[in-house]
Amino acid sequence: MPPEGCALITGASRGIGAATALALARAGWPVRVNYREDEAGAREVAARIAAEGGAASVCQGDVAGAEDVRKLLAPGDDGPVLVLVNNAGIRRDALSPQLEDEQWQRVIDVNLTAAFRATRAALPAMLRARFGRIVNVASIVGPRANAGQANYAASKAGAIGMTKTVAVEVARRGVTVNAVAPGLIETGFTEGIGGELAAAIPARRAGRPEEVAACISFLASEEASYVTGTTLTVDGGLSA
Amino acid sequence: MEIEVTPENVEREIFEGLVELGTEREALSHEATLESLDVDSLDLVELAQIVEDEFGVELRGDDVKDVRTVGEVIELVVAKAE
Repeated sequence: MPPEGCALITGASRGIGAATALALARAGWPVRVNYREDEAGAREVAARIAAEGGAASVCQGDVAGAEDVRKLLAPGDDGPVLVLVNNAGIRRDALSPQLEDEQWQRVIDVNLTAAFRATRAALPAMLRARFGRIVNVASIVGPRANAGQANYAASKAGAIGMTKTVAVEVARRGVTVNAVAPGLIETGFTEGIGGELAAAIPARRAGRPEEVAACISFLASEEASYVTGTTLTVDGGLSA
Repeated sequence: MEIEVTPENVEREIFEGLVELGTEREALSHEATLESLDVDSLDLVELAQIVEDEFGVELRGDDVKDVRTVGEVIELVVAKAE
């Protein structure tokens, strides 16, 4: 059994984050369901977890704010955060000649800097527990190109690089750091970018949030103790 | 509740921390080098966390990069608290 602690999923009020919160609760973790604006969504996720007999708390916080990240990671009644899923992410798409500084910076702040800050805040407790699981939700955009998403691609490629480096820094303490790279997943987040892409997917369909959550849940499990620094692609064969 | 920063208290917590990190208690002394005790950079990060938790003294990476012996770690914590 892993030491006592909890799982924090950032951006968990819907989509991949919500599915991950449910999956980790089913795996036995008390779950912190983080949201920024969608309180109703987060409460619904927590209620579903409670209805299944799991434990969940909702916690508001903007991961782009350093102080909010500290609060989200603070030890609570549910113990230290021993599973961290950096899922919160945004898009601000534009072709590069028209991509504004604000669009660039906001995406880097939320998708990359926030994941680093949360990781930094989570590691001391994980190191002392000699157990920790960090899963960064990256994307196949980053390793691959997607026109109109230079900022997003940079943030996700950065997250994968960060994943690898932090993983080797802490591997000898039983802490693993991995990423998942979803392809086209049916969520509100991917609205408007289906179309041509869906036709190119060998599986001939978009993925479901639950299919990404299952991979995150595996990487967060005790069984995945020798998997670290890797990126698990979940894209129906698109990158193959 | 933070512990008062005195050389004795710091020595006790540093020694305990090093034992927790896998160092043999018999090998501990002020003169012992971190290298001889197999205390690596990640151990130092953890030791810094213990110091912060117990004494409220924050040790940054730059503070500890030139520290060679256990005694120097103890002196550094005491000096930072002043």
